[in-house]
Amino acid sequence: MTLKVLAIDDSKTIRELLRSVMEEAGFDFSSACDGIEGVERYAEVRPDVVITDINMPKMDGYGVIDAIRKGVIDNRVPILVLTTESGDKLKARARDAGATGWIVKPFDDVSLVSVIRRVTGLVT
Amino acid sequence: MSNPILDTFFEETEELLEALAEGLESMQGAEFDKETVNSVFRAVHSIKGGAGAFKLTALVSFAHSFETVMDAVRSGGLDLTPQIMHTLMRSADCLADLVDAARSGRTVPEEVTAGFLTALEACLGEGEIEAVDAWDNFEFAAVTLDLSPLTEIDAPAETAVGPTEMPDQDLVRVGFRINFRPHAVLFSNGHEPALLFTALADLGQITPQIDLSQLADWASFDPEDQRLSWTIDLRTDESELAVQDVFEFVYGLCDLSIAPLLGPMPVETADAAAVQAEVVEITSVLAALPVHSADSSSTPVTAPAPPLTATLAPSPKPKADRGEQTLDAKSPKATLRVDLDRVDRLINAVGELIINQAMIAQRLQDMTATRDDDLVMHIEDYRLLARDIQEGVMAIRAQPVKSLFQRMSRIVREAADSTGKLAELVTVGEGTEVDKTVVERLADPLTHMIRNAVDHGLESREERATAGKPAMGTIRMAASHRSGSVIITVKDDGAGLNRPKILEIAKRKGLIAADAELSDAEIDQLLFMAGFSTASSISNLSGRGVGLDVVRNAVQGLGGRISIATTPGLGTEFTIILPLTLAVMDGMVVTVGGHTLVVPITSIIETIRPLPGDLHRIGTDETLLAIRGRMIPVVDVARSLGFASPDQGSTPLLLLVESETLGECALVVESVQDQRQVVIKSLESNFGKVLGVSAATVLGDGRIALILDPDAIVGGRVTPAFQTPTPLSHAGRTAHANA
Repeated sequence: MTLKVLAIDDSKTIRELLRSVMEEAGFDFSSACDGIEGVERYAEVRPDVVITDINMPKMDGYGVIDAIRKGVIDNRVPILVLTTESGDKLKARARDAGATGWIVKPFDDVSLVSVIRRVTGLVT
Repeated sequence: MSNPILDTFFEETEELLEALAEGLESMQGAEFDKETVNSVFRAVHSIKGGAGAFKLTALVSFAHSFETVMDAVRSGGLDLTPQIMHTLMRSADCLADLVDAARSGRTVPEEVTAGFLTALEACLGEGEIEAVDAWDNFEFAAVTLDLSPLTEIDAPAETAVGPTEMPDQDLVRVGFRINFRPHAVLFSNGHEPALLFTALADLGQITPQIDLSQLADWASFDPEDQRLSWTIDLRTDESELAVQDVFEFVYGLCDLSIAPLLGPMPVETADAAAVQAEVVEITSVLAALPVHSADSSSTPVTAPAPPLTATLAPSPKPKADRGEQTLDAKSPKATLRVDLDRVDRLINAVGELIINQAMIAQRLQDMTATRDDDLVMHIEDYRLLARDIQEGVMAIRAQPVKSLFQRMSRIVREAADSTGKLAELVTVGEGTEVDKTVVERLADPLTHMIRNAVDHGLESREERATAGKPAMGTIRMAASHRSGSVIITVKDDGAGLNRPKILEIAKRKGLIAADAELSDAEIDQLLFMAGFSTASSISNLSGRGVGLDVVRNAVQGLGGRISIATTPGLGTEFTIILPLTLAVMDGMVVTVGGHTLVVPITSIIETIRPLPGDLHRIGTDETLLAIRGRMIPVVDVARSLGFASPDQGSTPLLLLVESETLGECALVVESVQDQRQVVIKSLESNFGKVLGVSAATVLGDGRIALILDPDAIVGGRVTPAFQTPTPLSHAGRTAHANA
């Protein structure tokens, strides 16, 4: 079964980048451009892994994690946070919020796919 | 470079820069909400994020510094003093430059950005921003794990496989012994121990041992409370860092210790595949555990259910500490990006459509014998439809002047900085829409005018103080629509033009005769002359070797005109009047000297057939028209264009036009043929600039007619002191370029 990835980011550039990498890797890619839309799309798509930005209008990434973790739909889905920060404090905050892992922007396609495989258990 | 995602980045960045400028602008006002600051922060943040993806290092590191300051502002750690506001706005300018540079593949010299970086750092106090090399972030950085406070679990001795406490110099590190006890939160964060073990198995051979000793008895078993722990011996050549990397995401969610595993030689262990099988087995044990009830009856207890208290609400309440969760953020209008070429093709086609309609209408008019009222009506519908389409297509090309105006506020800041003056830009009518080409081609002239206004228009601080004016000079820029034209004004509140000095400069440079007597209006016009340099002034800022003549040429190139008005002590105002569209205009088709010409309807005030007594000859070839108690100069168009003079016997028909230089003026024509919409076809690429003629058009019957430029005709006549119009010998055939 194809792995379903949902990416939530307000930057079209990032969404397009993720799309190209994800589709290249053979994943089924969906995206949303803010937190609210992301949570809605989550319910529709039921992805195997969620990638979310933190800084977004309407609802930020922490809100997304919170909504998914407290929700009823597969609330233990791996959630990866996209961050431009490599600071430990921000990572700790993402982890405390319930994120499974993080991807430091700028990302390269190899690391991105490997992180996804790492948290989903998808074996190459 | 044709990377579509890179294109997306630059398009998006343009919007972000606009949002950034807008946000900063409103942060200057007394009232702005937290969301404004957030949007500014997000704009910088997103630019940084995207730039990083394309390895635009300079952009990333500058955006990072900018972002750090914005973050401090956002968290309330930084007061927005005017100085800091200034730094932020100048930094936004610099960011825009860096984006531009990145787009065109240039680099911005470091000393340019260094100044801004220093200013940004100064906002925070020293040492808060460390210069960031984007490549530090590029790889997945390993987080250094601080393992000291972790509670060591006592692995039962009998489960340990590898040698543990054998400090012997013969022993070497063959791998690591990892003690791992997940907390409940590790599972709820979406982690799976089996995946971690798989990752470890990628590093080498692993021997996991599960410790079930802490497992509660069946009676008190809580599936959410994980009490399992593992001791894993990993035989590998990899560094400890690599092992830590595996646990990067779960650090803090488990008890973890990683110690060197010592041994003389490889110990026989299961290979990775076998280990994996074992891991799967363990997890299946785990999964099976909760479904057995304690009293060994066959009734299954409920499977570990997620807490049902919270539901997935479509719009969860924003948390108080997360300012960015504003729900009423403006949702962007749906837009469509279309290749400009396609739009222009459409515009061309519509132009042809209009000509085609005119031809059919004309043919119909000629066939009076077989006149068909229905057909006439349909043709009229056709005309209206064509006009609708034309307006619709024009609207596609229309853009608000906002982006143009926004750019100008930076010019004001730059100009003010470099001249040591204080200046602010006030804009009015930002929503006024004009053709895209106009927006693009006005950028340079406006930049020059704005620089000019700050540099020459505004007085120095001392002079302003003496004049009792506020130290802060104001440049007012306004755009509006007026009867088919776009009016753009640039006004300063400076001292006004220094006419004696302008006159003196013009005479010194030999632009006018030393004894020339010029009216005030004529002196003002001197500013637009080629060769009238501003180099004698204190700075070369506005000059840059370019005079206002270039501005005027650019405006005329757009089919517009520029005028100047000044009030001593109160300031100077430049007015640019442009046609709404560059492709089609309403014109009056007239006959002059036997030739058909088109006069733009916007410049015509009225048409008059004067009584013979209303015309007064002055001197040899000057004529004045007396109308409603005033005397208005009469211009013979045929003579100005070098046509054969019309029959002098008949009373001429006069078109009253408004000219920039001389107010109202009357143009002599022989007859008016029609009033219609004409499609403008530029002559410049073929004939160069022809004075008095702005373009040409194709009439309904297929004839070509020249479009008259009334201002040039009048201007060429009234300022012979410094302008020599080049007459047309045979209009429509030969045209002399005005060198």
